[in-house]
Amino acid sequence: MLKIKDLHANIDGKEILRGINLEVNPGEIHAIMGPNGSGKSTLSSVLAGNDKFEVTKGKVEFNGVDLLEMAAEERSREGIFLSFQYPVEIPGVSMVNFMRTAVNAHRAHRGEDPISASDFLRLMREKKNLVELDSKLANRAVNEGFSGGEKKRNEIFQMAMLEPKLSILDETDSGLDIDALRIVANGVNKLKTPENASIVITHYQRLLDYIVPDFVHVLYKGRIIKTAGKELALELEEKGYDWIIK
Amino acid sequence: MSEDKNIAQDYIDIFNDHRATIEHSCGKEVNAQREAAYKLFAEAGFPDSKDEDYRYTKVASYFSDNYGLDLAGKTAVADTLKGFSCSVPDIDAHTIYLINGWYYTESAIKDLPEGVILCSFSEASKKHPELFAKYYNQKAKESSDSTVHLNTMLAQDGIFFYVPKNVQMNKPVQLINVLSANVDMLSSQRSLIIVEDFAKAQILICDHTLTNHSFTANHVREIFVGNNAFFEYYLIENQHNKVNQVISSFIHQEANSNVHSSVVTLHNGNTRNNTFVTLAGENSNSELYGMAITDKQQHLDNFTEIDHAVPNCTSTELFKNVLDDTSTGAFKGRIIVRPDAQRTEAYQTNKNICLTPHAYINTRPQLEIYADDVKCSHGATVGQLDEEALFYMQARGISPEEARMLLMFAFTHEVIDQVRLESLKERLKTLVEKRLRGEISKCTGCAMCG
Repeated sequence: MLKIKDLHANIDGKEILRGINLEVNPGEIHAIMGPNGSGKSTLSSVLAGNDKFEVTKGKVEFNGVDLLEMAAEERSREGIFLSFQYPVEIPGVSMVNFMRTAVNAHRAHRGEDPISASDFLRLMREKKNLVELDSKLANRAVNEGFSGGEKKRNEIFQMAMLEPKLSILDETDSGLDIDALRIVANGVNKLKTPENASIVITHYQRLLDYIVPDFVHVLYKGRIIKTAGKELALELEEKGYDWIIK
Repeated sequence: MSEDKNIAQDYIDIFNDHRATIEHSCGKEVNAQREAAYKLFAEAGFPDSKDEDYRYTKVASYFSDNYGLDLAGKTAVADTLKGFSCSVPDIDAHTIYLINGWYYTESAIKDLPEGVILCSFSEASKKHPELFAKYYNQKAKESSDSTVHLNTMLAQDGIFFYVPKNVQMNKPVQLINVLSANVDMLSSQRSLIIVEDFAKAQILICDHTLTNHSFTANHVREIFVGNNAFFEYYLIENQHNKVNQVISSFIHQEANSNVHSSVVTLHNGNTRNNTFVTLAGENSNSELYGMAITDKQQHLDNFTEIDHAVPNCTSTELFKNVLDDTSTGAFKGRIIVRPDAQRTEAYQTNKNICLTPHAYINTRPQLEIYADDVKCSHGATVGQLDEEALFYMQARGISPEEARMLLMFAFTHEVIDQVRLESLKERLKTLVEKRLRGEISKCTGCAMCG
């Protein structure tokens, strides 16, 4: 599904990613761990199409198509979803309007007509329940005045609405208490199918108790320096990163 | 003589040459004010760039074309309105028309509450000298803005709207202003609105231009709001690029009165909106809102002055502008808190989005506070659309164009949401959306009917 080959990327002339290689297949969950500043969030931003980052070398294929050639909105419509580490507040834009615009953009991309008002409301209701998102929040402006936990639940809610092929969860666990973490992880697990895949970026092993990865990668100084099964996460939790970095 | 002086002289000559015709339209109380106005205008001429209040708007240039004046009111006929319809759907209103500043009604206004007068300014000035003696030009004559005196000098018609004590009007008045001529034209409309103690009234004014000529509209409105009275004022400016509009609204408020004003500038060549508020009675409250969208080479200037003359009054101002292309704008908000006006609360906000590097706006608060127990705040921002929000929306599949639209709707809706006439609010949202999508200029007739 996703093939990253020797990916290099800069921000403000500083090289952050220095040769990433990664392959993700349908049905897989990949965890990416690593110390602060190793490039985890840069990788997710580059995959989502944030043009603040400049790709200087390498290739990314998504279902056989050159991902780097696509604008951010096209990547989303093709089935890539980034759950933001810091979801953006958009005062004055209602969740309903925002979500309907997004859903219809995806539908238009598939050659479908815009969703009817009643179908849309039904869809919203169904997906809200998945992440136990308060109905009141759905009537407010996007993320405005949401707590940290509410923002993250809102990300998973959007993911549920858009049904991506590949979801990238960027530190979705940061700032969550244990209940919110459970709710978010349950949401992600319920959305799991044999056809879709996830990349879970996290600092802590804690999230991986709930979302069990097939592979754990350690990112350090812009490169993946170790890949193993889920047991690696536990080992990292216990011993830290030093033993790998050496 | 400078060029500006020459332009002013043209209007002085018109007045001198046609004084008898002009005065024939009006009652003696209106004519009695002309001489002083003439002297003030002749002495001052048009405001120039040395005038701090007109620093960013070269107003004299708006009057420099060789304009015709309809001194006989000959354009105010049914033919002018042929094929034109303006309606805000679902608004049940008392509808009246002004054509090039002259009062015109297709049919008599029905169902006015007892005692309410809604008619032409010209007619009223002859029929109601006692009301004109008491109110007419009482606020305008003190103005330091010479365009106001130019209006007083030339004024012939407009509307007169009188709501007597204790009368609560449950239907708004909709005034449809139409500019339509086969020559370039200057229109000097004058209106007087009196809402007496414990009365309630709402007026919605829609400005339209039906022909492709150049127009300058130099309008003055005086609005007197009595004790415990309630008044809402909505102005929707939607005209073509060759229209210059200078509107001066004077609002005088007595004790416990409430005024809401929303000025929405959807489309205009050059616009100068002056709003002067005097809070003359305690516990009065004034809310001024403004929203403008400009593009191409349009220019917009909102000028407000709120005079807190007595204690315990509140005022709120929120003005937001979206400027595209090479359009320019200015906002100046003067708040005066007189020495005795303790416990004044005055809040002013002006926010602007410049969509291109070539669009610009000058924004200036001017607070003159002579009392010590007051709460006043002012804030101004000039910025671009939020890049992070744009990326967030793109990451959900929304195109950059649509994302920009959503942000601009959000920006403008903060003002539109203040509108209290529900059906007008919804209509305005549609119009704003069309305007931002660049569709409104296609409607050559009336945008309110689209």
